[in-house]
Amino acid sequence: MDAALGQAPTCRNAAGSLAIEAHGLVKRFDGTLAVAGIDLEVPEGAIYGVLGPNGAGKTTMLRILLGIIDPDEGTRRVLGHERPQDIARLIGYLPEERGLYPSMKAYEAIAFMGALRGLPLKIGRERGRELLENHGLGYAADRQIRHLSKGMAQTVQLLGTLVHEPRLVVLDEPFSGLDAINQGKLERLIHSLAEKGTTVIFSTHVIAHAERLCENVAIIAGGKVPYAGSVDAARDRIPAQVRLETASKDGPWRVALPPAARVEGNFWNFPLPESGIEPLLRALIEGNAGILSLSIERAGLHDAFVAIAGEAAARALEVESPVEARR
Amino acid sequence: MSDTTPKSRLPLWRAAWVIARRDFVAVLFSRTFFFFLLGPLFPLLVGGLAGGIGNALDKSSGMPEIGIAMASPDIDAMLRAHGDLAPVLAYSLPQLRVLERLAPDESFDARAYLERKQDNVAAVITGTPAHPVLTAPEGRLDMFTGDVALMAASALKQAPSVYPTVATVKVATSGASQKRARIATAQAGQTLLFLLIMLLAGMVLSNLVEEKANKIIEILAAAIPMDAVFMGKLFAMLGVSLVGISVWATVIGSLLGLADMGGAMAGWIDPSHLPVPGVGWPMFFLLGVAYFSMGYLLLGSIFLSIGSLATTVREVQTLSMPVTMAQVLLFFFASYSMAHPGEPVEVLAMAFPLSSPFAMLARAAQEPALWPHVVALAWQALWVAMAVRIGARLFRRRVMKSGPQPVKRRGLFRRAGRAELEESSRIPI
Repeated sequence: MDAALGQAPTCRNAAGSLAIEAHGLVKRFDGTLAVAGIDLEVPEGAIYGVLGPNGAGKTTMLRILLGIIDPDEGTRRVLGHERPQDIARLIGYLPEERGLYPSMKAYEAIAFMGALRGLPLKIGRERGRELLENHGLGYAADRQIRHLSKGMAQTVQLLGTLVHEPRLVVLDEPFSGLDAINQGKLERLIHSLAEKGTTVIFSTHVIAHAERLCENVAIIAGGKVPYAGSVDAARDRIPAQVRLETASKDGPWRVALPPAARVEGNFWNFPLPESGIEPLLRALIEGNAGILSLSIERAGLHDAFVAIAGEAAARALEVESPVEARR
Repeated sequence: MSDTTPKSRLPLWRAAWVIARRDFVAVLFSRTFFFFLLGPLFPLLVGGLAGGIGNALDKSSGMPEIGIAMASPDIDAMLRAHGDLAPVLAYSLPQLRVLERLAPDESFDARAYLERKQDNVAAVITGTPAHPVLTAPEGRLDMFTGDVALMAASALKQAPSVYPTVATVKVATSGASQKRARIATAQAGQTLLFLLIMLLAGMVLSNLVEEKANKIIEILAAAIPMDAVFMGKLFAMLGVSLVGISVWATVIGSLLGLADMGGAMAGWIDPSHLPVPGVGWPMFFLLGVAYFSMGYLLLGSIFLSIGSLATTVREVQTLSMPVTMAQVLLFFFASYSMAHPGEPVEVLAMAFPLSSPFAMLARAAQEPALWPHVVALAWQALWVAMAVRIGARLFRRRVMKSGPQPVKRRGLFRRAGRAELEESSRIPI
C-alpha cells in the first residue's frame, strides 16, 4: 500500500502477472511488532528492491513471503500459491546469514542446495561444476568450503541458490560482505537472471544498488512499507532541484525566485516551481539576472527515501553503509 | 498464474532423505563416529580400572589380619588349626600374625596395641585356646568371633582333624540361578541401552548446535518442511549408530568365534556360560535394536527440540542437563521396576514412554512372551511421531526470528539473565 498517496501500489509487468502479492502482513515476536501491515506486489520478471535500514523488518517480511514463518495476519501469494513452501522448487533463497557445511566440497554444496529444492544429486553435481567454471571458480570445485575465502564461499552459496533454475530468486542483503568487484559481478548476474525472465527480489540497505538495479522498490521502515512502486515514481515525488548561477547578485529578478531558494556559494538552489521553468526563465531574463548557468537536477532515490521514510531511517541507512549510501 | 499450477515441493520422506544422507555421510567420515565407536569402551575401561584397583586394594588392605599373643605352644596349635581349616572353608579365613610369644606369667596389652593402629591388625587374640580372648572394635568382634572359636576348637582337637571329602554333583542351572542370570542379562541390556542412547542423543544435539553455528538452518527451513529436517537428522544419527552397533557385533562375534575354535581366546569367553534371555538370543538382539531405536528417537527428538529453543551453546547445555538427569532417574526407575515383575511399578515403567524401552528390554530378558513387545513398540512409535511433530513445530516457531531475543526473566533473575545473554556467544540463526 502506498500509504503516502493512499493508493495501492501497482507495478505489474506488461503481461500483468504478479510473482508476489501480499496484503496486510502482520508479524509479532513476543509482543514486539516486527511487521506491521505490509502490502506488496512484485511483477513477474522484475528486479525488485526492498530498501530499508537494519531492523526495519526486511528479513521478517522475506521469511513470511517464503513461508519460513507464517504471518499473524494478512495473506500472501507467491507465484500464484498461498503456501510458498508448496512451490519450493520454483524458488531460490539466499539468506542474510550465509551458511554452508565447512566439510563439503564446493560443487557438492551447490548440489546439496539443489537437492533441497528437488534437483537430482547427479544433475546438481554436474551443474555445480559447470556454474563454478562459468563464474571463474572451476579450480576450487573440489575444495572444501572451509578452505575457500569468504567471497568465494558467498559465491558458492549464491550459485547453490540458482542451481535448480528457479523462477523466483529472493536475496536477503546479497551485497553485504562483498568487495566492489564482486558487487559488480552480482549486479550483472541479477541483470542476466531478469533477462531470462526470472523474478529477483532482494533486500538492501544500500540505496545505490536499488537505484542501479531496480525498476521497482519497496521502502520499508519500522515494519511498514510507506512506499512500494517504481523508482521513477518515487523520485518524482520530490520536485526537481534547480541550480542557478547569475552574474548579477541582486535585482528585481530576485522576486521571481521561490521563497525556498537558498544561496550556496555562487549558486542558488531551489525546487523547480510547479509552474515550470519557462516563466522563471522569462522573469530572470527580463530582470537582467545575467544567467551564467542553469541546471535542473532530478531528485535521487536517496532524496525520495528521506522524504518517504523520514530523516531517522535515512540516517540509519547512512550509519550502516556510510560510503555506499551516499553514492 | 493460479493455484492450478502443479505443486512443486519435495515430499516429506524425500526431503528427510536428503538431510539424512548428508548427515549420515558427514558423521560417518568424521572423528565423531570414531569417538562413537570408542564411546562404550570408556565405561568398560573405567569399570575395569576401578575393579582392578578395588581388587588390588582388597588384596592389600581389604583383608585384615588377626594378631595373636599367647604362649608359644598355644600359638603353634592355633597356627596349625588355621592351616587345617583354611583349605576347607569357602571363604578366606583372616591371616594370623604372631605378635608375641609370651613367657609364663607374661601378659599382653591388646587394647594398647590396637590403639597404636599399627600394621594391618584388626583384632588380637590373647588368653589360651581353651579360653581365647578376642579384642577388637565392635564390628570386627561380630566378624571374627566365630572364626576364632573354630580355630580354638581345632587347636584343642575338639573339632575333627580330618575332614571328609564331599562328593559333588553339578547341575546346569536351577530356578533361582536362571532367574538371577536373566536379571543380570536384563541389567546388562538396560545399561548398554542407556549408555548408547545418551551418547547418541548428545551427538544429535551437538549436530544441531553445529548446524546453527554454520547458519544452515534457514536454508533448510526455506526449502523443506521442518519435520523433514528433524526426521532426517534423527534417522541419520540412528543409521550411524546402527553401523556402529554392527561394527561392535562383528568384533564381538569374531571374538566368540575365536573362542569357539578353541584358540588363544578359549576359556576367556565361553558363550555357553552367557545366561539365555527369556525370548532367546536372536529375538533379544532384535528387540534390543528396536528399543534402542525407539528410546533414541524419543530422547533425540526432545534434545533436538531443546536445541531449537536455545539461542546459545551455553543455553543448550543448561537446558539439556535436567533432561539428562531425568533420563538417569528414569533408567533407575526402569531398573527398580525389573525387580517387581507384574506389580504396578513395572506396568508404569513399561507405559511411560521414556522408561518404556528400558523396562521392555528387561522384560524381554526375563519373560518369553512376545505380544507385549508388539504393543510396546507401537506405543513408543506413537510417542516418537508426536515428539518429532511437536519438536518441529517448536523449532519453526522459535528459531526463525531475526534480531535479539528478549530476556524474559523477572526480579532477582533479571540481572543474571541479562549478564548471561551478554556474556554468551550468540548463535546467529
